[in-house]
Amino acid sequence: MQRTVLLAISLALAAVIGSALAAPVNYKTPDEVAALKPGPNLEVVQGNCSACHSSDYIATQPPMKDKKGFWQAEVTKMIKVYGAPIDDADVGKIVDYLAATY
Amino acid sequence: MFDRRDLLKGAGLSALAATLNSTRALALDTVTLPFANGERPLVKYPQKRPMIGLTSRPPQLETPFAVFNEGPITPNNAFFVRYHLSDLPYNLDPDKFTLEVKGKVDKPLKLSRKDIKKMKATEIVAVNQCSGNSRGFFEPRVAGGQLANGAMGNARWRGVPLKAVLEMAGVQAGAKQVTFNGMDGPVSDKTPDFVKALDLDHATDGEVMLAYGMNGGDLPFLNGFPLRLIVPGYYGTYWVKHLNEITVIDNVYDGFWMKSAYRIPDTPNNAVEPGTAPKATIPINRFTIRSFITSIPDGAKLKAGTAMLRGIAFDGGKGIKEVQVSTDGGKIWSSAKLGKDLGKYSFREWKLPVKLAAGSHELKVRATGNGGETQPDTPRWNPAGYLRNVVETVRVTVA
Repeated sequence: MQRTVLLAISLALAAVIGSALAAPVNYKTPDEVAALKPGPNLEVVQGNCSACHSSDYIATQPPMKDKKGFWQAEVTKMIKVYGAPIDDADVGKIVDYLAATY
Repeated sequence: MFDRRDLLKGAGLSALAATLNSTRALALDTVTLPFANGERPLVKYPQKRPMIGLTSRPPQLETPFAVFNEGPITPNNAFFVRYHLSDLPYNLDPDKFTLEVKGKVDKPLKLSRKDIKKMKATEIVAVNQCSGNSRGFFEPRVAGGQLANGAMGNARWRGVPLKAVLEMAGVQAGAKQVTFNGMDGPVSDKTPDFVKALDLDHATDGEVMLAYGMNGGDLPFLNGFPLRLIVPGYYGTYWVKHLNEITVIDNVYDGFWMKSAYRIPDTPNNAVEPGTAPKATIPINRFTIRSFITSIPDGAKLKAGTAMLRGIAFDGGKGIKEVQVSTDGGKIWSSAKLGKDLGKYSFREWKLPVKLAAGSHELKVRATGNGGETQPDTPRWNPAGYLRNVVETVRVTVA
């Protein structure tokens, strides 16, 4: 009886190992910890930017003299080049948040 | 495919961090790159040692510069990671993977990993470097991934020549270019998928390779498992990861990632006046020549006497002819001894013993290629922050 159980366990284990070898990669990245800084219209920025990329894309950009011009160009690039579906009414809010916060 | 030693090392680091007080633990977890807004977390991903985290979605990891002093080959677990779009094939099944070869070919192909591994394998040691490596040092600063010098690496790639696969498929008369698409893609179908193109002559030069192996192991997932394109001497943008679609076309590919992105000024040295826009551009192509001191970090404090300087040099494929070092800010230069030649696309190690008296010194290094090209004393500038290859300076204080 005991031997049967052991055999069953070994077979089950072999099946697990066998399937692990043939299984998909299932690569797991660490949890995303970067978060947008608090600021005006934060929820608009979260709603529009977070679907495609993490917030460290924003936080690591260089400090520029003309913040508003820089972030206006970045938001325009996201819409025109990468096809971000951002409502016209939200563009100004996003640019203001970025220029004031980063 | 996960490296157990890696996991153990990672666990060791966390254990170490836990035993230190919180301030020290925090210091262990971040690095500050030497430009404004250069603070970055040190992050631990599966199959990777702690790396400099640039972005988490999609993942972008920079190699800590000290790694380049470990030897001319960059270990798989320290090799940089760069993605453009966030939909990665995290669940790809290597046994179901197929590479499709189609377009202007007589016999379209669908090759499994087994099919590819059955073909005659070749190996090449070649540097892969991100087009935007060192972008953070641009002045004036430019938008994009703000990297220091760690978005480069040198590996022994194993795979099959692209030429052999294209011959199997039979390229038709009139073909002009070959395009490459990987399994990673955009989150939104409105975002252009990442597709790159090479001219047919280049694609069939026998050096461009489909690689499944890297430094004796499989490609790490984040470096393009199970198959990536190797384009020796060319910037990493062409080294398409998770490659599963090759298309032969009879025109010049005009997708976004060739026509609008990854362009450099069509000027001498591909540079423009800092802060200005070029009138015409061309696709980025071969690496500019570069060299680095790896044995001493900037700002180091040394004892007076003889110090052995070590470092690396590489170029776009002519190979390194000479590396010169100056310890007086660039007035007097001495030739370094070159290390083993691993091939014209590889990092070339160099070393030179230098005598350093008490005081402050500017150590500089400058490489010259077999084609005669060398590095400029002042940085060249372009709006995308590509091609940086100024003579590097390490400042040391000697007592």
